[in-house]
Amino acid sequence: MRQVNTGKVSLYARHEMLDLVLIDGKAKGIIARNLDTGNVERHGAHAVVLATGGFGKIYYLSTLAMGCNVSAIWRAHKKGAFMANPSWTQIHPTCLPQSGEYQSKLTLMSESLRNDGRIWVPKDKNETRKANDIPEEERDYYLERKYPAFGNLAPRDIASRSAKEQIDEGKGVGELKNAVYLDFSRALKEYGKDVIVERYGNLFLMYKKITDIDAYLEPMKISPAAHFSMGGLWVDYELMTTIPGLFAIGEANFSDHGANRLGANSLLQACVDGYFVLPYTLQNFLADEIKNPKTDINHPEFDKAEEAVKRQMEGFLATKGNKTAEEFHKVLGSELYDKCGLSRSKEGLEKAIENIRELRKEFKENLIVPGNASEVNSELEKAGRVADYMEIAELMCVDALQREESCGAHFRIEYQTEEGEAKRDDANFCYSSAYEWNKNPSTPILNKENLTFETVTPSVRSYK
Amino acid sequence: MKIHLKIWRQKDSQSKGVFKEYILDDVHQEMSFLEMLDTLNIKLVKKGEHPVEFDHDCREGICGQCGVMINGIAHGPLKNTTTCQLHMRSFKDGDTIYVEPFKAAAFPVVRDLKINRSSLDHIITSGGYVSVDTGQAPEANTIPITNEIAEAAFDSAACIGCGACVASCKNSSAALFTGAKITQLELLPQGQKETRKRVVAMVNQMEEEGFGHCTNTEACLR
Repeated sequence: MRQVNTGKVSLYARHEMLDLVLIDGKAKGIIARNLDTGNVERHGAHAVVLATGGFGKIYYLSTLAMGCNVSAIWRAHKKGAFMANPSWTQIHPTCLPQSGEYQSKLTLMSESLRNDGRIWVPKDKNETRKANDIPEEERDYYLERKYPAFGNLAPRDIASRSAKEQIDEGKGVGELKNAVYLDFSRALKEYGKDVIVERYGNLFLMYKKITDIDAYLEPMKISPAAHFSMGGLWVDYELMTTIPGLFAIGEANFSDHGANRLGANSLLQACVDGYFVLPYTLQNFLADEIKNPKTDINHPEFDKAEEAVKRQMEGFLATKGNKTAEEFHKVLGSELYDKCGLSRSKEGLEKAIENIRELRKEFKENLIVPGNASEVNSELEKAGRVADYMEIAELMCVDALQREESCGAHFRIEYQTEEGEAKRDDANFCYSSAYEWNKNPSTPILNKENLTFETVTPSVRSYK
Repeated sequence: MKIHLKIWRQKDSQSKGVFKEYILDDVHQEMSFLEMLDTLNIKLVKKGEHPVEFDHDCREGICGQCGVMINGIAHGPLKNTTTCQLHMRSFKDGDTIYVEPFKAAAFPVVRDLKINRSSLDHIITSGGYVSVDTGQAPEANTIPITNEIAEAAFDSAACIGCGACVASCKNSSAALFTGAKITQLELLPQGQKETRKRVVAMVNQMEEEGFGHCTNTEACLR
């Protein structure tokens, strides 16, 4: 905000980027819509930087804010930027479970709770007693049992997958049997309530507000939820995408995390990309560009992009069907969570691709958006975002399907060890997949960026 | 449960607003207040009507977007709870609930319950920061700060800028918002150098935006 005060930065709050404008192959500006007025605006520049975050909200139920979306990077992808590892999504283990169809998000409870909380389910899947009435010997502390060296602090992909296993076996707890217990009774006994209040007081309060349950008296109920997109726009070491002059930083790009982001590393990436890398690499690009005159926003490429954006919005408004964008999003999200979420299979992914194509067809014919494009219209905003979700959803499945191995958060049930752990195939899949848009969402072109390890050798993870 | 809603509908900042009545029959206790509005909106859209526009984003009490007046109280009946963290179990079957936007001269209504809070941004822009470039991370031990001071500064930094203090104040003052940022920076050695300049700049800006002054009745704390 200091830079705003000095006049170096202008803020355009409540604006949404709807397209990227390329002139002679270089990123030269964007088309944006002012969400408070509906006006479509043109912004020209010497370079464009996208810091538009991740798209985990594609699963509908996620830990993300409601407005998180893929539109900025997806529309850049459709203008030529490669999209890398789109199927790699982190599912976070400590979130609040779904309580009903109307639910809009799954609140994240901090990972730190696993320092002192113990995760368990009843051994008997027909268990009906309350948590506190179930004796110690009838509880399965499955993380401590399966991963004695790490116990409740096993990494996110393992903790989430293990929770899903228990829930799928019918041992889930809560009314919908879709959660596992996170129990603080031992820590409370050992350290006293004061210490627990100091460490986690705000989280216990938040839990109480949402669920009306006092977690000092009975265990919390938690479940896995979509959290972070490790994939995103492909960038080079200068954080530039395959479009000259288009940069992507933070969760919007694919770099840093591989298939399994570690806790706190998204903050780290935000700092590294924003403070320490981009301010220097952007200058490398601008050194040759800044002498060029300012981009003319009356250039025919701006006309074309603006027309396309307006045409799309008119299309949404003219459909006049019977299903809201939100309803489409819910169907898409549960399809993806089911078939391209914590575990994936060839059969499931092929089915998902089929279903997504069907859904996209229905979206074209049966969407309802009220009002018009020149007013505040949140339904119109959502329609655009869901349209993009419908397209990248297929690419996520295509990506998960081609990667015939299990790797980090990507778990293909066909590729696992006898003990049910992920089985990587470094001989054939040691690459980042980078997709090129090719006319329509069903015909992407796969490019492979081979990973070369010079100082370390990849090994098999073990938390036993 | 059945809920009677009386919701402020206003097409844009120029139009006059009115309360419109809606009845919802299938409200669950576990729903958040905003999820209750979601179900209303899906019904409205399916009928071809414009949904009730309201601001929201994180839905976990940290983004500061979702504030509305609920039965005349900013964010509704619970203390220290944003609208998104308020659940329908705080209401009874058959209740009538009045829902209005936060009203203040400095918060023009954008549509229905949506307001423009840019005026709060302008206050921060006028001085709510430390005027030194971040640069490389310094060695943490060069500026010792006790845990108590760090915690106190954090308490002030926890203001999410929702504007509820303004909506609750008879003077529409942003003194609590402005004071929170001033206090946070004043408590820390990095912020102390500019305190005088900052206070004058931020309070002047607050006035310029059309917020009133504080008369210490503490309406914002209730």
